[in-house]
Amino acid sequence: MSTKSLFALNHELATAKNQVQFLESTLQVPFSEKLKAQQLFPLSVKPLEIFQVNVGKMCNQVCKHCHVDAGPDRREIMTRETMQLCLNALEKSGAHTVDLTGGAPEMNPDFRWFVEEISKLEKKIIVRCNLTIIVSNKKYHDLPDFFKKHKVEVVSSLPYYSSVKTDSQRGEGVFHKSVQALKMLNDAGYGKEKSGLILNLVYNPAGAFLPADQLALEREFKSKLKSNFDITFNNLFAITNLPVSRFLEYLERSGNYVSYMEKLINAYNPAAAENVMCRSTLSIGWDGYLYDCDFNQMLELKTGLPESKQHISAFDPELLQQRHIKTGQHCYGCTAGAGSSCGGTVA
Amino acid sequence: MKTYYNPDDLKKFGNISEFEPNLAKKFFDYYGDVFKEGALTAREKALIALAVSHTIQCPYCIDAYTQDTLEKGCDEAQVMEAVHVAAAIRGGASLVHGVQMMNKYKELSM
Repeated sequence: MSTKSLFALNHELATAKNQVQFLESTLQVPFSEKLKAQQLFPLSVKPLEIFQVNVGKMCNQVCKHCHVDAGPDRREIMTRETMQLCLNALEKSGAHTVDLTGGAPEMNPDFRWFVEEISKLEKKIIVRCNLTIIVSNKKYHDLPDFFKKHKVEVVSSLPYYSSVKTDSQRGEGVFHKSVQALKMLNDAGYGKEKSGLILNLVYNPAGAFLPADQLALEREFKSKLKSNFDITFNNLFAITNLPVSRFLEYLERSGNYVSYMEKLINAYNPAAAENVMCRSTLSIGWDGYLYDCDFNQMLELKTGLPESKQHISAFDPELLQQRHIKTGQHCYGCTAGAGSSCGGTVA
Repeated sequence: MKTYYNPDDLKKFGNISEFEPNLAKKFFDYYGDVFKEGALTAREKALIALAVSHTIQCPYCIDAYTQDTLEKGCDEAQVMEAVHVAAAIRGGASLVHGVQMMNKYKELSM
């Protein structure tokens, strides 16, 4: 398993431009055609609910499917100044939730400051924690208590309830460390009944196939994690892998790209298209630029706003409400089957 | 026809209705109902289907139900155990006829 990002390897698919070109050059039904067929094109936005802030690409893991191409060799992280701009914008917005993602967001030196400041604004905070960060270094061991203090909702990836599949996707030894971290979160009250501390897990397939039924998987994960490790959690979100960055590279390299895209296209669900999360989300990049979602961010597809309004420093909630979502072939990943979002299925 | 089996033909399974639509519809409706969540979970049914696929040695079915079991959240150990169940029954079915052979053998022997 490579321990370097595509960026560090200088891979052809490391650049957003090449990825978009690759995705758009294949002879498949354009995503916009599907939207047009149900009078959804161009895709409009709904009232803003979630500020999803990507605080940087730095990560302690190099997962094979990562759409961010995150890793220890990535240095792009959000500065405190940009975080302050996000806070200013957040106050002006009607968003009720701030979703912090990365990389490993906790590796940003201003992460804790940012959480504390968001907490003062009385917004719900979600942190997408990769689990292993908690046990990776002594300085992170108190993260469960820090999360608890600020009533942070923890959302963590765990592709399977055993080591083989988890480690094949996320790296050698990741499952064992994830179990340790989950136990620490449980000890702090996370995922425990009546604690009010929410611990949700994310399942995403370890390969070129679609996720199973979310409820059936949740049942299975709950039973296995409880009986094998005495671990409890609240909900499981089943997320489809989108053909972006490392997962796109994997599809291409393994010869699965065409059949995977066919699978996504054949599974297009109009109900899922209605409810895609980008319609009520604003995604903010480490450098403060605005996107419709984290995937568009990685493909460098900025919002359709005028150039002068594309940065968080020029945050204009009314103008944002008038925009149309930028879509492309990768969007099929969010509309297949029961749909997919950062909160699991949508249809 | 250059080969007897072509992976792309799996996608064309629905096309069998071209020659006889009524029976095809009945079959696919029945097929769809069989695999719905019932007294058995959809996952358990997918594992049974995978095992049967190996018994009847149907490459289309093996392709389809390997994907299906993966999509239902099965892991390597589970899918291989299902194949061993098929192999055990298939092997056992041969072996149990040994009793018939022994019966006949004894019948013919002094």
